[in-house]
Amino acid sequence: MSGKQGENGSGSDDLARFEVQDVCGCGVDHGPGGHPADDHEPEDEGGLKRTPLHALHLELGAKMVEFAGYEMPVQYPMGVLKEHLHTRAAAGLFDVSHMGQVVLRGRTCDVALALETLVPVDVAGIVEGRQRYGFFTNDQGGIEDDLMIANRGDHLFVVVNAACKDADVARMRAELEPGVVVKLLDNRALLALQGPGAADALAKLNPAVREMRFMDVATLELAGAECWISRSGYTGEDGFEISVPDAAAETLARALLTIDAVEPIGLGARDSLRLEAGLCLYGHDIDADTSPIEAALVWAIQKVRRPGGARAGGYPGAERIAGDLAEGVARKRVGVRPEGRAPMREGIQLFAGETGGEPVGIVTSGGFGPTLGAPVAMGYVPAALSKAGTQIFGEVRGKRLAVEVVSLPFVPAGFKR
Amino acid sequence: MKFTEEHEWLLEEDDGIVTVGITAHAAEQLGDVVFVELPDVGATVSKDDEVVVIESVKAASDILAPIDGEIVEVNESIVAEPGKVNEDPEGEAWFFKVRVEADDMAVMDDYMDEAAYKKFVG
Repeated sequence: MSGKQGENGSGSDDLARFEVQDVCGCGVDHGPGGHPADDHEPEDEGGLKRTPLHALHLELGAKMVEFAGYEMPVQYPMGVLKEHLHTRAAAGLFDVSHMGQVVLRGRTCDVALALETLVPVDVAGIVEGRQRYGFFTNDQGGIEDDLMIANRGDHLFVVVNAACKDADVARMRAELEPGVVVKLLDNRALLALQGPGAADALAKLNPAVREMRFMDVATLELAGAECWISRSGYTGEDGFEISVPDAAAETLARALLTIDAVEPIGLGARDSLRLEAGLCLYGHDIDADTSPIEAALVWAIQKVRRPGGARAGGYPGAERIAGDLAEGVARKRVGVRPEGRAPMREGIQLFAGETGGEPVGIVTSGGFGPTLGAPVAMGYVPAALSKAGTQIFGEVRGKRLAVEVVSLPFVPAGFKR
Repeated sequence: MKFTEEHEWLLEEDDGIVTVGITAHAAEQLGDVVFVELPDVGATVSKDDEVVVIESVKAASDILAPIDGEIVEVNESIVAEPGKVNEDPEGEAWFFKVRVEADDMAVMDDYMDEAAYKKFVG
């Protein structure tokens, strides 16, 4: 017994093993004192947090904006439109270090089964080396955040949204501890390399990445650092998300940027890419009032967790979600294609007819889709109007403009399954 | 050519016609322009009316009429190819031409010349 106090103050014998393990999960060899404090998300004068790639972004000429408490690159000199098209054609490198990286280790219980009390996802069925999309729910069956869950052998690795990460960690600590150790990593950056050229580019640093299929996870060395790699992303393209120790992040980013196909891409293009891919943005397309069934995310609730399944229910709001599954929902998330050129952005009201009537729905994210060269949007409409091909109207600056309800995604995914 | 603090340029042509567009500085700040909605030819506009809607990939902006007058021509080519606004904002990508009465032309004197505008945008 080491006598070390756990994060929740308990003194379980099982804690001893964390003494010899890499407790902080950073993958960098260091003494018991941990990382020097200045390695941890430095802040600028305005209190905004910076990622380990901050200096590199400035060197590359990025336009920096505030996003979820971080100073992040929204675009580089190439501009959002070309960055978007470059990612669809070759490979784009994104800094997504603002997202929360959390390690969950079972101390006295099965960590996968424990996490299943918070998400309607088959976590126990994620085999080692695989990853799955999921979401936290609340008692009303609304979505508290969406996340990726990876089985990395002796622990689960989850990635959550930047704006939600403190709440997510608090939720997991409150509900899962003391049986599970919940550790928010503060010493790893997260890079995403996305696009049809991503695999060839990353293979230059480690050919083993070619063996990975969509949603595989692996621990591999890249540019001299131990990286946790998943073949996934949020652009609809083939690609990788790479968790890298802070200290090695810039070296890795520079190594990738020396490859011809790779260009740095900002959050502006990341948003238009995920919109074209029909992927939900938390706080916009899904939120605490949206059920996963309304959001057309029923595919992410595996049979084993649905009514009649071996591990049905047992997560917040399971009754509401079971009801939605059985009886259907009044409103649904759909794709919307405006017929003209005018972009329809978040908040645009949707109407059943060209004149009169109350709004029947709303656009939750929308803009211009560079790949299609046309406006695209997602929003919620009554179930009766959710069938592809239905014509409805969006009101832009007082004018009702025709839009067509369409199937998502707008741009087919390029995943390597 | 004259410049407004709202980043429009105005060029007085013959016969009291003024051509209006947005400055290179504004085009760069907006980013990639993907949509332009122009006023109707024949419309009468007053200074500070919202006459043009311009949308970039990320945001929508209004352009206010910098002068009173009647719209006599609009540049349909930027409606078809909004990207021209980024490529040649102070040349080919003009927005509209407005016929201005002699009395109303005086407002041109209030606007900045090129040197003053350059100083203004720093």
